[in-house]
Amino acid sequence: MRITFPHMGNSYIAISSLLKELGLDVVVPPPCSKRTLELGTRYSPEFVCLPFKINLGNYLEAMERGADAILMAGGWGPCRFGYYAQVERDILRELGREFNMVIIEAPDSRLTSLLNQVRRMGIKTSWFQVWSAIRLSWEKLKAVDRLEALQHYWLPRVTDKGRCEKMIDAGLKAVDGCDDLRRMAEVVDRVERDLSGLERDVDNGSPLRIGLVGEIYTLLEPFANYCLERQLGRMGVEVVRDVNLTQWVNDHLFGGFLPSAPSLHATLSLAEPYLQYWVGGHGRETVASTVGYARRELDGAIQVAPLTCMPEIVAQSVLERVQEEEGIPIMTMYFDEHAGEVGIITRLEAFLDMIRWRKMKTGDTDAKNLFGSRCRFCQHEFGGS
Amino acid sequence: MQKIYLGVDVGSVSTNLVALDTRLQVLETVYLRTMGHPVKATQEGFRELQSRLPQFEVLGVGATGSGRNLVAAMLGADEVKNEITAHAVGAAHFHPEVRTVFEIGGQDSKLILLRDGVVIDFAMNTVCAAGTGSFLDQQALRLGIPIEEFGHWAIRARQPVRIAGRCGVFAESDMIHKQQMGYPTEEIIAGLCEALARNYLNNLGKGKEILPPVVFQGGVAANLGLRRAFEKMLNMEIMVPEHYNVMGAIGAALLAAESMKDRPSSFRGADFILDGEFETRSLECNGCPNQCEVVSIHRQGQVLAYFGDRCRRWDASLKSSKVVSRELKKAAR
Repeated sequence: MRITFPHMGNSYIAISSLLKELGLDVVVPPPCSKRTLELGTRYSPEFVCLPFKINLGNYLEAMERGADAILMAGGWGPCRFGYYAQVERDILRELGREFNMVIIEAPDSRLTSLLNQVRRMGIKTSWFQVWSAIRLSWEKLKAVDRLEALQHYWLPRVTDKGRCEKMIDAGLKAVDGCDDLRRMAEVVDRVERDLSGLERDVDNGSPLRIGLVGEIYTLLEPFANYCLERQLGRMGVEVVRDVNLTQWVNDHLFGGFLPSAPSLHATLSLAEPYLQYWVGGHGRETVASTVGYARRELDGAIQVAPLTCMPEIVAQSVLERVQEEEGIPIMTMYFDEHAGEVGIITRLEAFLDMIRWRKMKTGDTDAKNLFGSRCRFCQHEFGGS
Repeated sequence: MQKIYLGVDVGSVSTNLVALDTRLQVLETVYLRTMGHPVKATQEGFRELQSRLPQFEVLGVGATGSGRNLVAAMLGADEVKNEITAHAVGAAHFHPEVRTVFEIGGQDSKLILLRDGVVIDFAMNTVCAAGTGSFLDQQALRLGIPIEEFGHWAIRARQPVRIAGRCGVFAESDMIHKQQMGYPTEEIIAGLCEALARNYLNNLGKGKEILPPVVFQGGVAANLGLRRAFEKMLNMEIMVPEHYNVMGAIGAALLAAESMKDRPSSFRGADFILDGEFETRSLECNGCPNQCEVVSIHRQGQVLAYFGDRCRRWDASLKSSKVVSRELKKAAR
């Protein structure tokens, strides 16, 4: 049996490691590409959300490479994600594929259910093997999160953005291939040292800081958000993102109790004045995080989601009040396979101009680039009306 | 010699050039159709500008519009800005007290909110282009009415007919249906204007606070019928500035003027623009799974710029070693 799973950003590094260490034969789907999306879109319902289409493409491409089993998460509640696994399975069956599908009912289920399913597949693993497999993939998750955080910090601050991205990519590749806990930490430390040795962009000493919120897949999978984080980094913006892999695992598999990992449990209460209910997906996290970003004095927030995403639509309507009362500029971006990159870049640029313009107006002199507090052209004072 | 700031807005439908003097007053404006050839349109526009202003020196160039990167490479622009910022700057220049800007162009429509002269929010159409210039052009052509008179027909109507305006294609079929039923053309056009105003406000104005003064600009602002429809729906006066159809270009010129201060312009000069043979090519990069479509602009066979590669390795290759270029050649299909 050769098992595969869908991509979500860099999560494959930890997932493939976990499955391999449990003794399974793993097929990592090729990285998401146009072809992945074309395959997925061809066989998906037209109006399903984008992650579904990419998932399906991942499976089809993995099957071309010999996969005959799929590991997928389940779910419940108002988000469509809860049906993904079942519908994907049925579509693939109708296409005549023969395979096994293992569905772990997340969020908030236990790792033990995965292990039991693994045992049922006839793989014999000792408890020690299980423990070290979990430990290794947990460390990989942490390493991936650290590398992503390093990218958020350094990309806007260095002049050679291409080198910076290459260093991060090399770090991710090294973590992927590493099975020694100590060496892994060294890899990330090394990347960090190399990054801090790059030439700094002196004109962008204190970059704008923009917080990202939204649906988790769109947040974490660059292919689904048109490489939003790197686009922003290259525009000189430091990205802040509360949602990440260790946070998700901690909050949904360990109830937020792992002391060494980030958690959104405490942040959730910030949503309270605006949204009192769990609305499915990451709707409440989106509102809570945005309020948190405003209190941490970030310069703005961008909400991302696949087109037609119900929980995020609810959150979006709530965010209008957050924007007004917390005084943080917010822009919402929906993505699907028809999105045009030109339009995305135009809106990102306009959003950043708007923030810089506003900062100038409020007398924050860190923001250079754009406008003075009076119109330089006709010398009228802004705010004269 | 007349010193000018040049602003160029290359949109899907029209290409506009403006020349501002050093006091930032509008000297000349040129408005022409892009017709799918942004490079040619810019050359023509520049030639036209030259014929009207025989002697000038360019102090700074700003480019905006969906073709901004292409013409920026060709002109040597000092400032390249998105259309939203450019339009906001243009509107605030003539109407410092403006709080809402409606901009409807060839295929884009935008809503920009300003408070105290600063943009605080904006929206841009993303999934549907119903109600923008191209669609109105098409309908005017179908009805056999020159587009310039389209709006005047609308205000002659006694009572607008209700037209389904959510989708451009269905709006057209609904118009045809109303024609078959025998409604007068004026009333159908007036109905169309109302449907489009409704569509615009529903799509872009959702949850946004539209406060006067409202400035309406972009090519479609010439349509008096649409302006009236907005006024009726919002119950407030809608201002259309004198240079409504070139406000993006004016904004770009202003931004260039602002950014220049005392540094010299990178403007490439009239000979470079007019005498050169420009050509654009595209290729699919296979350097990584993103498979970006990379577009390049060439002059006399020499590459001026690359666009569309997310990692910018193509663009960077112009400044670096031959090894990189060879590596890229392999990546190109």
